[in-house]
Amino acid sequence: MAFFPKPAEGSWTEHFGLDTAPVSYDDSISPEHYGLEREAIFEKTWLNVGRMEQLPRTGSYFTRELDAAGTSVVIVRDKSGTAHAFHNICRHRGNKLVWQDFPQEETSGTCRQFTCKYHGWRYDLEGALTFVQQQSEFFDLDLSEFGLVPVRCETWQGFIFVNLDADAVPLDQYMGRLGAGIEGYPFEKLTQVHKYRAEVGSNWKLFIDAFMEFYHAPVLHAKQAVESESTKLQGFGYEALAYDIDGPHAVVSSWGGMSPPKDETMVKPIERVLRSGLFGVWDAPDLGIDELPPGLNPSGHHAWGEDSFLFFPNFMLLIWKPNWYLTYHYWPTSHNTHIFEGTLYFVPPENAYERLQQELAVVTFKEYGLQDANTLEATQTMIETRVVDQFPLCDQEVMLRHLHTTARRYVADHEAGCRSDTPVRISAVS
Amino acid sequence: MPSLPSQFAELEPFADWCLPSEFDRYAKRLDSTMDELQAFYDAAFPVLEASTDYLKGVPLDGISTEDQNLLWLFSSLITVSFPVEVWRQPRVPESGPAALDVVVEPAV
Repeated sequence: MAFFPKPAEGSWTEHFGLDTAPVSYDDSISPEHYGLEREAIFEKTWLNVGRMEQLPRTGSYFTRELDAAGTSVVIVRDKSGTAHAFHNICRHRGNKLVWQDFPQEETSGTCRQFTCKYHGWRYDLEGALTFVQQQSEFFDLDLSEFGLVPVRCETWQGFIFVNLDADAVPLDQYMGRLGAGIEGYPFEKLTQVHKYRAEVGSNWKLFIDAFMEFYHAPVLHAKQAVESESTKLQGFGYEALAYDIDGPHAVVSSWGGMSPPKDETMVKPIERVLRSGLFGVWDAPDLGIDELPPGLNPSGHHAWGEDSFLFFPNFMLLIWKPNWYLTYHYWPTSHNTHIFEGTLYFVPPENAYERLQQELAVVTFKEYGLQDANTLEATQTMIETRVVDQFPLCDQEVMLRHLHTTARRYVADHEAGCRSDTPVRISAVS
Repeated sequence: MPSLPSQFAELEPFADWCLPSEFDRYAKRLDSTMDELQAFYDAAFPVLEASTDYLKGVPLDGISTEDQNLLWLFSSLITVSFPVEVWRQPRVPESGPAALDVVVEPAV
C-alpha cells in the first residue's frame, strides 16, 4: 500500500527510465573494475575535500590523501581568500611536501609558505617556488618553471572541490539542477563540527547504497526505537516522499515524524529529557532565512524531515528540517575497502543544555552508523563468493540502481574514450 | 578527580566519567560492565532531568571548569544511555569489529 503518491509510470524506477531487472554487483567485487573506476571516476570528477571554514585565514591549509585518485593534495588559502590546491610533492626530488610525523596521515595548520623538509625549498601560497637552498649549485635553474603542480580547485556554497581532470566542466555546471536547488542554504552559519571516520571493509558504493535507501531502517535499526514504536514502523515499512535525479546526481526526500514526536512516550527517556535524537535537536535554531531553498522538500509535504543528496561520486549532503546538516564521504582504498567520513554541522550552541542536545544527535548518529557499517562487511564477503550474482532491487532502492548504473556508464564511456560528466537527464520526462 | 559544581556533589563518585572527548567516553563504556553503566545511569539520569533549567543558564562562552566537568559527565550519560535504555550490553549489537571514531569535535 502506497502512503505517498508515485509518478504516473507507477514506479520511481520506471519514471527515471531505469531497468527493473535484478542487478549484478560485479562492479563491487573486482580489483580490475575498481582500477577502471579510479581512472574513469575519481580522476575525472569533482571531489569534495572540505569546507572554507577549515581555511579561516591567510595561509591556513589542510592535506587530503586521495588514494582513489592516486595522489595527495594540499589545499591552502591565499592572501585574497581564494582556495588553491596543489599536488603535495616538492619539485626538487619528489618528497611529499606537507606532512607531520607520518607521511600517510592527513594534516592541517597555518603557514606563511611551504618549506620542504628535505632540502628546504620554499613555495608561496600561490604555489610559486621562492627559495632554493644553495641555488648557485644548480644548472640554469629557472624558479618560475618549478612551482607546485596545481590541481583544479573550485568552491560551491563554501564546499571546496578538486578535480584532477583539466578538461572537466566547471564545478557549478557539474552540480547541476539539484545543486542549484539548494544554493542559498546558510551552510556558513552551521560551524559547530563533529567529524567521524571509519575504515570499512566494503566497496565504496555499497555504503552509499545503505544511505540512499531507508527500506532497511525499520528492520536493521528496530531496537533504536521504543518497542511499540518499532513494531509500528515495521508495519508501515518505508516509503520516500520523493526521488529525483539529475545526470549523475540524486536525492531522496524523506518524512521525519520524530522531530518533535507527537507523543513523547514513543521516544527513549534520554531523548525526552534532551529533546533531541536521530533527526536532530527538536527545537530548531534560527538560521535567519525566511524560507528554505526551493530544492529542499521537493514534494512540499508537511511531514518532510530530511533530504539526502548524492553528488556523484562520493559526496552526500543530508539537510534536516530542524536546521542542521550532515555530510558523508566515501574514499575508496581498494575494490573492497574504503574510508567513510561522517560530519555533523550545527549552529554553535549557546549554553550547556544546547551542547548536550547536539551531543545526543551526534552519538545517535554514531550508534546507527556502527550498525550500518557492520552489515557491509558481511555483504561484501558474501557477494565476493559469486554464489549469487543477480539481486532484485525494489522501487525504494531506485537510487542504488541509479548509482551503479551511473558508475558503470562512466567506466564504459571512459573505455570508449568519451566523457560523461555533463548532467543530462536520464529520465524520459523533462 | 575533576570537581563538579557544589550542588552536584552527589555525582562526585562518578567524576571519572568527566571525559572531554567522545572517543574516551565511548572507550570507557566498552570497558565497563552493565552493572557499572546502570549504576552511573541510575544516579545521573534523575539529576539531568532535574537540571535542565540550570544547564540552560550555563553559557558555553567562559564556562567554569566545574560546569565543564558537569557537561562532560552528562555527555558520558548520553553515551551510556544506549546500553542502558536500548542494547542491554555495552557494545552496539552485531557491531563486531566496526569502529566509527571521532576525529574532530568541539573544544567545549
